[in-house]
Amino acid sequence: MERKIKVLVAKPGLDGHDRGAKVVARGLRDAGFEVVYTGLHQTPEQIVATAVQEDVDVIGLSSLAGAHMYLFPRVVELLHEQGAADIVVFGGGIIPVEDAPALAKAGVKAIFTPGSPVAETVNWIRANIRPS
Amino acid sequence: MFSPDKIHAVEARNRSWDELYVRATARNPERLPAFTTVSNLEIGRLYTPADIRALDYQRDLGNPGEFPFTRGVQPTMYRGRLWTMRQFAGMGGAEDTNRRFHYLMEHGETGLSTAFDMPTLMGYDSDSSMARGEIGKCGVAIDTLADMEILFDRIPLDQVTTSMTINPPATILLAMYIAVAEKNGVGRDQIGGTIQNDMLKEFIAQKTFMLPPEPSMRIIVDSVEFCTKEVPRWNTISISGYHIREAGSTAAQELAFTLADGIGYVQACIDRGLNVDDFAPRLSFFFNAHMDFFEEIAKYRAARRIWARVMRERFHARSERSMMLRFHTQTAGCSLTAQQPYNNVVRTAYQGLSAVLGGTQSLHTNSLDETLALPTEHAVTIALRTQQIIAEEIGVTNTIDPLGGSYFVEALTDEMERQAMDYINKIDDMGGILKAIEVGYPQHEIADAAYTYQTQVDAGEKVVVGVNKYRMEEDLNIDLLRIDPEVERRQLQRLEKIRAERDSARVQACLQAIEDASRGSDNLLPHLIEAVKNYVTQQEICDTWRRVYGRYTDPGMF
Repeated sequence: MERKIKVLVAKPGLDGHDRGAKVVARGLRDAGFEVVYTGLHQTPEQIVATAVQEDVDVIGLSSLAGAHMYLFPRVVELLHEQGAADIVVFGGGIIPVEDAPALAKAGVKAIFTPGSPVAETVNWIRANIRPS
Repeated sequence: MFSPDKIHAVEARNRSWDELYVRATARNPERLPAFTTVSNLEIGRLYTPADIRALDYQRDLGNPGEFPFTRGVQPTMYRGRLWTMRQFAGMGGAEDTNRRFHYLMEHGETGLSTAFDMPTLMGYDSDSSMARGEIGKCGVAIDTLADMEILFDRIPLDQVTTSMTINPPATILLAMYIAVAEKNGVGRDQIGGTIQNDMLKEFIAQKTFMLPPEPSMRIIVDSVEFCTKEVPRWNTISISGYHIREAGSTAAQELAFTLADGIGYVQACIDRGLNVDDFAPRLSFFFNAHMDFFEEIAKYRAARRIWARVMRERFHARSERSMMLRFHTQTAGCSLTAQQPYNNVVRTAYQGLSAVLGGTQSLHTNSLDETLALPTEHAVTIALRTQQIIAEEIGVTNTIDPLGGSYFVEALTDEMERQAMDYINKIDDMGGILKAIEVGYPQHEIADAAYTYQTQVDAGEKVVVGVNKYRMEEDLNIDLLRIDPEVERRQLQRLEKIRAERDSARVQACLQAIEDASRGSDNLLPHLIEAVKNYVTQQEICDTWRRVYGRYTDPGMF
């Protein structure tokens, strides 16, 4: 049997808005993925360490306080430094559409903005991630 | 309010009307399987005197300004003075936010409300590694008194009241505010305003926490004790349901957990030896104005009634001012949509109206662009104008509590009270709010409600216009406020200069005094005021506390 896709839902930075992250974490678990949630106030270093240690396939980053342009690319960068570039990164939260191209260029593979149904994230993961 | 005979007659009439209704639905079936509020409370088809037969006007409503204050805390309400129009503002550096403050005041705003950036909220200075990428992003960056002096430049602190949304370092910001006022020749007995200073709801919902619950409570009680004696016009705690609701709670949960937090603070202050009537009049509340119009109005009315009773019966307050629940309201940020963002103006207007019909003392109306970024000047002006239209054009301020006596609103107010009291009793049985938080009870209740709501939205059972119904192709690019990278550079430069120029021996002495007071039982406030006057940074104080008390970290349940 194929292994379940393992997702790390992570809250980088000091932002405390965790409603979305927790709803998505629960929705992904209900959709059949294996989900690890970091809890709040994680540095990019901590997130990458958890991702490597937990051997996840994909990381979902949530930010609602405006620091995504620093924190999201930093996570991708650290994954590369740690030789874990195979872990895919996506993001969600309060993210203006005009920031999406720069985030894509930095290696963030998808952005889910306010109003996205959880199923959209589920479908995207199913279409784009294979368990390692 | 009605004689048994009259109720009997109404019930007989209702029975025949119910038959009429059922016959009518055979031809025109109801649109929905159940009619529910946004919180999933089922609403009946018609409310009549029979639904409020137990309501006693004197006991349960009273006139405005009279116990139990269901109809309002002041006798005159908006016929005397309108609510305070207080727009939450903060972005970039102190200069930028000061400019926004002046702009809002020039356009008719009547009170200030400060938003801080994440590092400030969490007790980090701008030059901390934790602050990378976050300086000035979701509020103003404050490291030392120097920033605070710029923030309140040319603002008469003896005339304007200021609210500061800050929690773990709340007492430090209060100390800075006192210091700025005194530098400008305004005494601490003349200033007025509010610090949020509500850590219980941080553990429950907003999650800007720093220290464990016990020492957090100690610092809060210190601030209440100090202000009661020295800053008599200061609202010491803004007991907040706003964030509980934003985190996904129902209306009844928002009401219940907020009042349970309030009970926790009152008990802690009494345990310190304070007299309830000395401090309770300066406790204020902060609620959300969500989408469900009548449910919100009922929530505010029930809040006043429950608090009045709790203060009189449970805490034996004698002063009516201790029993009055005064509150600020903010419209629901989480109800706004990135899609078709101009619809948010309409949502906010209805939410603001519910707060006014519910008797709020102060109101923030959200701007249309706040699902995407901090508001632009254009967007915040529309939000402020929305309040002015409610206040001065549509006539709802002509009489007090215009919905009082509505069969539906009174029945819903009773229902909100009943549901909230069930939660409050349950929390009492658990041993109080700190114990409930420790086992994650309110956190779990909220997470469950948030998930239920999301699944209902995803299934189209709860309609969000423009998101799951009436969608359209659109260009989502609207003008947004961006924070200039220059802000970070300027902030770091200013902090570096302060560190170089201040008297470092004095700084060390101040920090030692704070550490001693933290380990002992001396009230912290005088030490904090002395420290900030010597340009001790807020992180230096917070690091002292972290060393003394340890940190609280998120249990990370979902």
